Amino acid sequence: MAKNNSKSAKAKSAVKSTLQFNTSWSYAPAPESADHVKLQSSYDLFIDGKFTAPAKGKYFDTLNPATEKKLASVAEATTEDVDLAVQSARRAYDKVWSKMPAKERGKYIFRIARILQERAREFSVLESMDGGKPIRESRTIDIPLAAAHFFYYAGWADKLEYAVAGNRPVRALGVAGQIIPWNFPLLMAAWKIAPALAAGNTVVLKPAETTPLTALKLAEIFQQADLPPGVVNIVTGAGATGAAIVQHPGIDKIAFTGSTDIGKGIQKALVGRDTKLTLELGGKSANIIFEDAALDQAVEGIINGIYFNQGHVCCAGSRLFVQESVAGMLIRKLQDRMQTLIVGDPLDKNTDIGAINSRPQLEKIEEYLKIGVKEGAELFQTKCEIPKKGFWVRPTLFTNVAQSHRISQEEIFGPVLTMQTFRTVEEVVEKANNTPYGLAAGVWTDKGSKVFSVSSQLRAGVVWANTYNKFDPTAPFGGYKESGKGREGGLHGLLPYLEVA
Amino acid sequence: MSDKIKKFEDKAREKSEAELSQKRLGVMKTYKLYVDGKFPRTESGRYYELKNSEGAILANVCLSSRKDFRDAQTAARAATTKWAKASPYNRGQILYRMAEMLEGRSAQFVEELTSEGLTASEARSEVEQSIDRLIYYAGWSDKYQQVFSAVNPVASSHFNFSMLEPTGVVSLIAPEETGLLGLISMIAPAIVGGNTVVVLASYSKPLGAITFSEVLATSDLPAGVVNILTGTRAELISHMTSHMDVNAISYAGSEEKELKPLQENAALNVKRVSLWKNEMDWSSEESQSPYRILELQETKTTWHPVGI
Repeated sequence: MAKNNSKSAKAKSAVKSTLQFNTSWSYAPAPESADHVKLQSSYDLFIDGKFTAPAKGKYFDTLNPATEKKLASVAEATTEDVDLAVQSARRAYDKVWSKMPAKERGKYIFRIARILQERAREFSVLESMDGGKPIRESRTIDIPLAAAHFFYYAGWADKLEYAVAGNRPVRALGVAGQIIPWNFPLLMAAWKIAPALAAGNTVVLKPAETTPLTALKLAEIFQQADLPPGVVNIVTGAGATGAAIVQHPGIDKIAFTGSTDIGKGIQKALVGRDTKLTLELGGKSANIIFEDAALDQAVEGIINGIYFNQGHVCCAGSRLFVQESVAGMLIRKLQDRMQTLIVGDPLDKNTDIGAINSRPQLEKIEEYLKIGVKEGAELFQTKCEIPKKGFWVRPTLFTNVAQSHRISQEEIFGPVLTMQTFRTVEEVVEKANNTPYGLAAGVWTDKGSKVFSVSSQLRAGVVWANTYNKFDPTAPFGGYKESGKGREGGLHGLLPYLEVA
Repeated sequence: MSDKIKKFEDKAREKSEAELSQKRLGVMKTYKLYVDGKFPRTESGRYYELKNSEGAILANVCLSSRKDFRDAQTAARAATTKWAKASPYNRGQILYRMAEMLEGRSAQFVEELTSEGLTASEARSEVEQSIDRLIYYAGWSDKYQQVFSAVNPVASSHFNFSMLEPTGVVSLIAPEETGLLGLISMIAPAIVGGNTVVVLASYSKPLGAITFSEVLATSDLPAGVVNILTGTRAELISHMTSHMDVNAISYAGSEEKELKPLQENAALNVKRVSLWKNEMDWSSEESQSPYRILELQETKTTWHPVGI
């Protein structure tokens, strides 16, 4: 800043962003076409290899959260349908899947991976339409990673004895009931189905009620791959459908990804039953920036950590901790970078932040924005334009946040970042760990020994050092403490689907 | 006739009184708790009488309260960082040292187990197996990590690995029947993996457990890593399993009336549960396994970019 600037301008620049991206920086729209997505007006349940009408004949709508327009109506599975699905999964397990040579099982899963790769564009567009996530993310992360998960676990099917130490015999558990969230609809389906099938189980899967379409499309792939009927059954519905799966006595294993409250409820519901359980629950992950970090890279990591997928990420780096000496500079850089984020049409390739998944989620986030302000935190939101229709939240940063504030304790699940400062390693480790959650954490420093020292003190299942929100089928993922139990991904993700003698 | 008997009795009495007046009185042991490396009595001041099969009182055993558990939990939590940071080699040596101490004092343990109803050979066998179990897990200290960790070949340019870390504080409810071997079989895999424990010992066979705390106290095991309480399951299990700053439960038994509330309490904060069935044969190979260590471990995956 030039020396002859007035005092007031200087003072202003210390708190306000100096760069004005929105004025001189515009992008022509670059929408991805949705023409090649073939959608039916209504979808039935996928049971025993066929699309089957629900017993009670009830259907619900799934919306495009960016337009609030209905995409399709989807069957609501009741207890009767879930029972049918479990029976079909049991039969497929007893008669076909558990008797089949393991290498053949593997080849089916490989097939699924390949067909998904072939149809990746269609799936990406549909994922963005049904869930609101930017096409940039669905086409480069969600769909390719889902295919990679099937490909990775396919190879495990005939190598299970190598997943277990000490020559212990392993066997599949039977029928796995799987309940997945709306933030990564297809990817979570792949995380659940691929290891279950590779380990030799059959599946009853319930997608989230706001994002059922890619899972139903995946059922089409199962048909195309000639997957034996009943090996995977997909029942759509809301909480009651999930509860019916959890309560079904024919289920040998429950895998759930979602909120900590519901996860605890499931753990409780399974008391007294011989049903295995893995839980992948909520988080309030710390992203820690040390003064010796490469700050520009760290800013990218912070952005990716919290604004990726509208912040609808269980491992989102929602609590930012910045070492005091660089806090001022970092806030300025971060706010400048936030101003460049484009919020809008998920199908536009320029879009950074898409639509909030549903109206209830939008209301929840807005409620937290109010709470934050009321608690005395300082709210910063970018000035970007947002569409008239649909569900949107501008990227948000809260500063002046205290450890005791609800916004720094509770999972918001939106593009809302809280920032606190710290002076010493001990202080930040204590603050970062002071939460019932323990899913993930980020550490930014150029000092290698500090990376290892800090990351080993953080009570979290995934630690990203000088990076954030990276996922891979070979890398185990899951939480400490109330963020869940069991791991998904990698060799460790296979074990929850195996009985080890 | 009766005079004669009287005379005889008087003589006998005189003799025994003479002996009594010269006899060295044995020192009886006060059986106390083991919390934070110290041997406190229960804060409640309560006790129960432990009797042998003839009905003779063996000890007035502490009847621990909720407050005792909370004190022990505080000690266990405070000990987690130091113990988790101790090198696996160090942890292995401490477990080995525990075996050494137990071996050296085996006569005392045999005597206690015998007084609780085992035959001499049963008692000897249980003590020997307890020693061997400690050796078994001492040897695992610096190996289970290599068996269960992984370097993950991610597709992106990152160095990525998954390794185990201790779960934290474990509430451990030891088996009722096998007071020493069962207790050690459950404590060893928990602590060799860097966890700290609060143990509820067997109600009917607590002597070995209490004396084992003397082994712990002389094995360089940091204070608070193992805390041992005596008392009733009915009173303590609910507190031990519902505490929100306990990470896992290790439970021996199959009682429906204990298991159900225990597992419901576990769901309060997603505690991990390690179950040891009643029918467990504690002398079998199956009762020792690195998978018992794994049950009380968390997997942490760390990512770091590769590049300059």
